[in-house]
Amino acid sequence: MNITLKIWRQRNRETEGRFETYEMKDVSPDMSFLEMLDVLNINLIKKGQDPVAFDHDCREGICGSCGMMINGRAHGPGRGAATCELRMRKFQDGDVVTVEPWRAAAFPVIKDLVVDRSAFDRIMQAGGYVSAKTGGVPDGNAILIPKPIADEAMDAASCIGCGACVAACPNSSAMLFVAAKVSQFALLPQGQPERKTRALRMVEQMDKEGFGNCSNNYACEAECPKKISVMHIARLNREFIKAKVF
Amino acid sequence: MKSLVSLYSSSIGKKIVMGLTGLFLCLFLVEHLAGNLLLFANDNGHLYEEYSRILVSNPIIRAIEIILFLSLAGHALSGVVLWIQNRRARPQKYKEFRLDENTELASRITMLGGSIVFLFLVVHLSSFFFPLRITGTPMTAYELVREKFSNPWFGLFYLVALVILGYHLKHGFQSAFQTFGLVNKRYKALLDAVAFFFWFLLPAGFGSIPVYFFFFVKNTASPLVLRTLEHGWPV
Ligand code: HEM
Ligand code: SF4
Ligand code: FES
Repeated sequence: MNITLKIWRQRNRETEGRFETYEMKDVSPDMSFLEMLDVLNINLIKKGQDPVAFDHDCREGICGSCGMMINGRAHGPGRGAATCELRMRKFQDGDVVTVEPWRAAAFPVIKDLVVDRSAFDRIMQAGGYVSAKTGGVPDGNAILIPKPIADEAMDAASCIGCGACVAACPNSSAMLFVAAKVSQFALLPQGQPERKTRALRMVEQMDKEGFGNCSNNYACEAECPKKISVMHIARLNREFIKAKVF
Repeated sequence: MKSLVSLYSSSIGKKIVMGLTGLFLCLFLVEHLAGNLLLFANDNGHLYEEYSRILVSNPIIRAIEIILFLSLAGHALSGVVLWIQNRRARPQKYKEFRLDENTELASRITMLGGSIVFLFLVVHLSSFFFPLRITGTPMTAYELVREKFSNPWFGLFYLVALVILGYHLKHGFQSAFQTFGLVNKRYKALLDAVAFFFWFLLPAGFGSIPVYFFFFVKNTASPLVLRTLEHGWPV
């Protein structure tokens, strides 16, 4: 099939960007979206032009680096999948596809479709360490955790830090990401010693980075490739209020 | 005090203020509707006069009234501050942004809806609260209501504003509970039912008042209503 791409091109942080149009011929519906971009880049390099910069690593939905806005949707059409998991069969012959980087003050564009997500790293750093016992190797299952709790913590821990929640939010809020990271520890016994300071510091850092405020629109949950539930945001609010007031 | 200031300066803190003030306004609406339903007593407003006399003469009610105005101001101002911060968090807009595929309409129009509700409140207060309580009028509250709602445009404006209020609360009511962290799969059905009362039944209850006065209460003071009844449209 043939696809017309309108891709955001921007040399670096300082320069202004603009959309460039590329015609893609004979795209296989079995290709992933990133493979289609690879083909585009090979053609550009052959012509001596600058290839389109985009982030990618695992190409199997676990590293969280490949985020981009495709036709107004974070990670493109469909639910519960990262851009690398998106197949071209989701599109039709003759489609015009607009591709943009995540747009948020806290995620400045580095080049083309690549944004700087180190604000997420600083939020993680603000969360700090988890106190652990030293000494001999503990027995397996020495700490009992009920299955439903372990499941919920695991659901939260499946966040890959891709930033789609911020990108899809009308307010560029990072609440789903922070909620996932606070929840994965708050639910488990190992996370208890620093439970309060973690919630306070991560929210403080989130605000400092210039993310917007949550309006409970729930676009984040709809676009999260790991389908992280906004129930975790309710828990983050609870953790924050408890730590702040009590 | 210091911790309260630092709470409000955080994003979640401002949201808590939005939620608390919003729910307090909702609570007031319940009382306000309960009282206003006395207008249906069909006794030329005797019961209603009695009710408003008791309210006005009670110092506790007067104190709550002040808290109510402060809540409204706190709610509107915090809403505007959040909205400005949220616009600044994305200085460069998307060329294409399909928020409509990911969110409900009610959640996308909180600021627009809130602003229209605010305009409505200005009109509402200057039509009833100010003449009755501040500047003075020879009419009783009942007569004033009857007079105002004999104008179909005035009544129509009320109905539109109430639909908008309904949308505001459709998002706002559940949003406040999410902000407080008070949501739980087990109680979701209960919360949804209470929410339905606030976003649907409550505005519908208020809406019944202009409809009732326009169609069922004769106000000989207004020729417009007679002409409208005659032509089927305000002329
Ligand atoms: C004065 C006019 C008003 C304005 C400008 C306004 C504005 C707003 C805005 C912008 C929000 C969304 C905040 C956010 O999610 O970031 C909101 C939420 C809300 N509003 Fe209003 N509003 C007004 C009047 C009212 C009234 C009269 C009520 C109740 C009867 C009300 C109840 C609520 C509730 C319960 C919320 C949810 C709070 C939350 O999200 O946690 N609002 N309002
Ligand atoms: S919460 Fe979901 S959308 Fe947000 S960073 Fe984590 S995986 Fe990505
Ligand atoms: S490339 Fe790793 S998640 Fe897409």
